[in-house]
Amino acid sequence: MGRKLLLENINVPGINSFEVYRKHGGYRAVEKALKTMSTEDVVEEVKKSGLRGRGGAGFPTGMKWSFLAKPEGKPRYLVCNADESEPGTFKDRYLMTHIPHLLIEGMIVASYALGAKTSYIYVRGEMMPQIRILERAIAEAKAEGFLGKNILGTGYDLELYVQPGGGAYICGEETALIESLEGKRGNPRIKPPFPAISGLYNCPTVVNNVESIAAVVPIINDGAEEYAKLGIGRSTGTKLISASGNIKNPGVYEIELGVPVEEFIYSDEYCGGMANGKRLKAVVAGGSSVPILPANLILKLTTGENRLMSYESLAEGAFASGTMMGSGGFVVFDEDQCIVRNTWNFSRFYHHESCGQCSPCREGTGWMEKVLHRLEYGHGKLSDLDLLVDVAKKIEGNTICPLGDAAAWPVASAIRHFRDEFEWHVSHAEEAMGRNYGLAHYADPLPKAETIAAN
Amino acid sequence: MAERVKVTIDGISIEVDAGTTILNAARLIGGDIVPPAMCYYSKLEGSGGKCRTCLVKVSKGSDKDPRPMPKLIASCRTGVMDGMEVQNITSPEVVEARKGIVEMLLLNHPLDCPICDQAGECKLQDLGYEHGSEGTRYEFERRTFEKIDIGDKIQLHMTRCILCYRCVYVADQITDHREHGILGRGDASEISTYIEKAIDNDFSGNVIDVCPVGALTDKTFRFKNRVWFTKPVDAHCDCDKCSGKVTLWYKGEEVLRVTARKDVNGEVESFICNTCRFERKNTSEWTIEGPRKISHHSVISSNHYELANPPAVIRKNPALKEANIEEFERVTRH
Ligand SMILES: Cc1cc2nc3c(=O)[nH]c(=O)nc-3n(C[C@H](O)[C@H](O)[C@H](O)COP(=O)(O)O)c2cc1C
Ligand code: SF4
Ligand code: SF4
Ligand code: FES
Repeated sequence: MGRKLLLENINVPGINSFEVYRKHGGYRAVEKALKTMSTEDVVEEVKKSGLRGRGGAGFPTGMKWSFLAKPEGKPRYLVCNADESEPGTFKDRYLMTHIPHLLIEGMIVASYALGAKTSYIYVRGEMMPQIRILERAIAEAKAEGFLGKNILGTGYDLELYVQPGGGAYICGEETALIESLEGKRGNPRIKPPFPAISGLYNCPTVVNNVESIAAVVPIINDGAEEYAKLGIGRSTGTKLISASGNIKNPGVYEIELGVPVEEFIYSDEYCGGMANGKRLKAVVAGGSSVPILPANLILKLTTGENRLMSYESLAEGAFASGTMMGSGGFVVFDEDQCIVRNTWNFSRFYHHESCGQCSPCREGTGWMEKVLHRLEYGHGKLSDLDLLVDVAKKIEGNTICPLGDAAAWPVASAIRHFRDEFEWHVSHAEEAMGRNYGLAHYADPLPKAETIAAN
Repeated sequence: MAERVKVTIDGISIEVDAGTTILNAARLIGGDIVPPAMCYYSKLEGSGGKCRTCLVKVSKGSDKDPRPMPKLIASCRTGVMDGMEVQNITSPEVVEARKGIVEMLLLNHPLDCPICDQAGECKLQDLGYEHGSEGTRYEFERRTFEKIDIGDKIQLHMTRCILCYRCVYVADQITDHREHGILGRGDASEISTYIEKAIDNDFSGNVIDVCPVGALTDKTFRFKNRVWFTKPVDAHCDCDKCSGKVTLWYKGEEVLRVTARKDVNGEVESFICNTCRFERKNTSEWTIEGPRKISHHSVISSNHYELANPPAVIRKNPALKEANIEEFERVTRH
């Protein structure tokens, strides 16, 4: 069994209450940090741990913290991004539902490290139960002296608030989140300035994902070195993976980074293999925004080595043959799934969620959605495939925020890796309405590296 | 005095105050190397960054950190650094990206120029002509909206809007209270006045002048005449609300409309009040200064579009020639 740091006690009855959580070693990190460590020590420890942001971009958390500007006379803020709306990702919700105090504890330690006296947890609007759970947990922690004025007699004050969002995916983008938190329309800001210099109410702000903040707790408890022993290379520690799709055991798994993808899918410890005896066709490894890969490329690198669940290994091969860790939303497709339909479905999502500020994303997402709809419903053209690739290229990199890229990659990668299936939807339009393309050659052993490179 | 920094845009160097944006530095140089700007408006704080037509390539970040920037960046919202090198029309990548942006901006645009009051002074027409492709690859129904009256003098025809947000910034910054914002999301966004509630403010008419397209038009001028048949004349009056400096647009003896004066970048020199704009349509109410100089690029002065003749830097470079192939074809065909 892999070591668990976040979900170790998840099945303990009553762990969502302060009392039980405390009995199982909870809030030790707050005591340790506030009583024995300076704020710089905490930042240094997180830096040394190698923890990387779990919200999608994988930016080193300690480094992000050290970039926070510290001008005199200006408050600083920590904002926890609990907007989790990426299709295929549901780990933050799981954590907040079952072990809310882990997040609260992480928030206290992180706020202390950053010198924040007011911190926010911005929760996706649809998550009403989680909002209530968190508010209860905050009230409990406050009653026990872990929040509010003069925490544990150390002189450190912290108020923690839960703010429900309105349920827009774009409010998960950190600057849109800040706008929304300020009570405005959730449009991403144009950067620079970055939140570290001018964020919430124009004050220096750090935005971190729920899981990133929760991971600070074991880092402080066990020390950065212990944490960094887990994982592989620059992917240290453990990661929550939301596994869904055609697998036997969908759910949230805490893995040690570096587990082979094959083991993750087929081992009984994790997904338990494919459901209903079907064969694996494709995987979206990090939430809907990352490139989709066919079975052969997700299991193996083009060198023939196993692909691992780590930031580096998933990204190996870049766009040509790789994908990304993203938010850890692991969606598995079996041979009965239609890639065209899935791509259309994703594009519908991005079209619906684009904030509409910048023209390539506002117009391009709708355009791709319409072309994909036409392909899926049997009146596409062969030229549509190149058109889609070109539109995706015109969006990618030319927008204000990464939602544009996130809308472009799934489409561009699906056409790159599943072109035959798209073409079949055009050449056999009627048949495609009645049955699926099937597995075809998508699980065949990879050809030699050179031939792929030449593509 | 502010610190001066040196920036080079398409091979032309200039010294500007630190903190100047790339776009404004390019405007100081002037000519073909100025990126088109559909949303940025120097007089509206916070504007810019949205339309993406002003994207440029930074091939050298600065003398201190010469690394190029990984992506194309919006020149209207990026400050220059000392020693920075920027490519606009000399980068095939920029030309290609811009073509894509123009196609996106026109994707849902009704192209109803023949019946649009803005035709002839429309920034989107100019942009499409200078940087766009001949046709669109979009084969779906375009989005449409009902026309809305914003008060009795202004009409909003959302179907033509490119969501540059300029009018929103005007409403925010020029008028005392904001009645007008954006509703909806993505390509269903629309300018709204919170359900047709009239903007009732002395300066609301300025939204007409800042609108780059024919989405916000002057109802007192609607369908009266094509702009290129009218004669612009600078005039002023003693106004207690605004500068009183305007352009009168004549047809014969009659003043058909009043607008603020626009500079070479198409921006107003100073905002004017609604009284000057809508109420003072008699010559006797104005002191005439003389004919308004209109750029020779404009259809208003020349009655025809100048040929888009690519500048020498492009003509001499094979890669750039390739990127600008459509522009060349257009020139040789004439
Ligand atoms: C469109 C969009 C949606 C996003 N949604 C989320 C989200 O729901 N949760 C999240 O933690 N990060 C989300 N992010 C990433 C955040 O912008 C930000 O990078 C992250 O919260 C930083 O936290 P981390 O460094 O701890 O990962 C999103 C980004 C984009 C562009
Ligand atoms: S990329 Fe899309 S979501 Fe992001 S700012 Fe632009 S329009 Fe909005
Ligand atoms: S109405 Fe005009 S000024 Fe307002 S956003 Fe649309 S195009 Fe811009
Ligand atoms: S003018 Fe710069 S993005 Fe619109």
